Amino acid sequence: MHELSVTESLLNLALSHANQANATKVTAINIVVGRLSSIVDDSVQFYWDFVAEDSICAGAKLNFDRRPAVLHCADCSTDYTIEHDLTPCPKCGGMRTTIISGEEFFLDSIEIEKEAEKIS
Amino acid sequence: MSAIRVPVVEKIFSTNDKIANQNRQNLTNKKVLAINLMASPGAGKTSFILATIKRLQNQFRIGVIEGDTAPVTIDADKIISAGMPAVQINTGGDCHLDASMMGDGLASLPLDELDLVIVENVGNLICPAAWDLGTHFNLLVASVPEGDDKPYKYPNIYRGLEILIINKVDLQPYVEFKMDYFRQGVEMLNPGLITFPVSCRTDEGMDAWIDWLSKKIIEFKKNA
Repeated sequence: MHELSVTESLLNLALSHANQANATKVTAINIVVGRLSSIVDDSVQFYWDFVAEDSICAGAKLNFDRRPAVLHCADCSTDYTIEHDLTPCPKCGGMRTTIISGEEFFLDSIEIEKEAEKIS
Repeated sequence: MSAIRVPVVEKIFSTNDKIANQNRQNLTNKKVLAINLMASPGAGKTSFILATIKRLQNQFRIGVIEGDTAPVTIDADKIISAGMPAVQINTGGDCHLDASMMGDGLASLPLDELDLVIVENVGNLICPAAWDLGTHFNLLVASVPEGDDKPYKYPNIYRGLEILIINKVDLQPYVEFKMDYFRQGVEMLNPGLITFPVSCRTDEGMDAWIDWLSKKIIEFKKNA
């Protein structure tokens, strides 16, 4: 639902790092998205073409590295992966859990082109 | 031309989070406690805020930031007629408030004269969970008629909470709402979450909430 503002933030972040690296073009954007982060990648992809237009990020490929949701059971210390629904610990049925992974949402790296530096 | 990989490893919300931290610092410096109040549409956000203000207004000075998707000032008008400063932020159709809108809202409130700011976020259980506004507490007003499955369906919002209000408990005899099932889901997501079952209509449970909040405000002003 909020992917437009997310995509704009992503573009600004990518552009600031591209400028720092003196890039002339950004060819790929590598993003890490956890299952629990409530980000719809297709929707980010959809907005990307519009927001990146007219910038050096235009045409950059978005790569999503999806991380599973892993919970840790506080009762028996089992780590388990959940798919869609929240489920109790499969080993002991425990309900007290902490999240180990799945909340990630960050820009991991960008791939850029730049003019070859002149060797004097 | 050469292709190069540039490592970044930066949260995509980092700009929002930076502004949120500035907002929080600003509020803390002025000794104003701020609460981000979230809920689905119709859970009773505005009624809950009005009921809270009514009970606290002799003791504390309270300001309200109203987030709305459309430029109707119904909610802000209700707060102002209750005698409290309120500012309305129109998100222009956006589904949530963000830290920069919150900053604008704070700039329009007389913070030097306030003890508490309540931010009424846009009615939505998905998007507001992702944006830190720079308040000190996240509070959700859940309500009995919404159904007991909401923690299971909207886990993200429940995970980020410091306070949960279960509103409209007076309707329990009339709707299918298994309190145990609801609270089990909450416990999985947010063990030990501070929870107040209330009814803004009958005032049930409001004393416990007001007592807790009053103590928090006093404690915050002492330590800020």
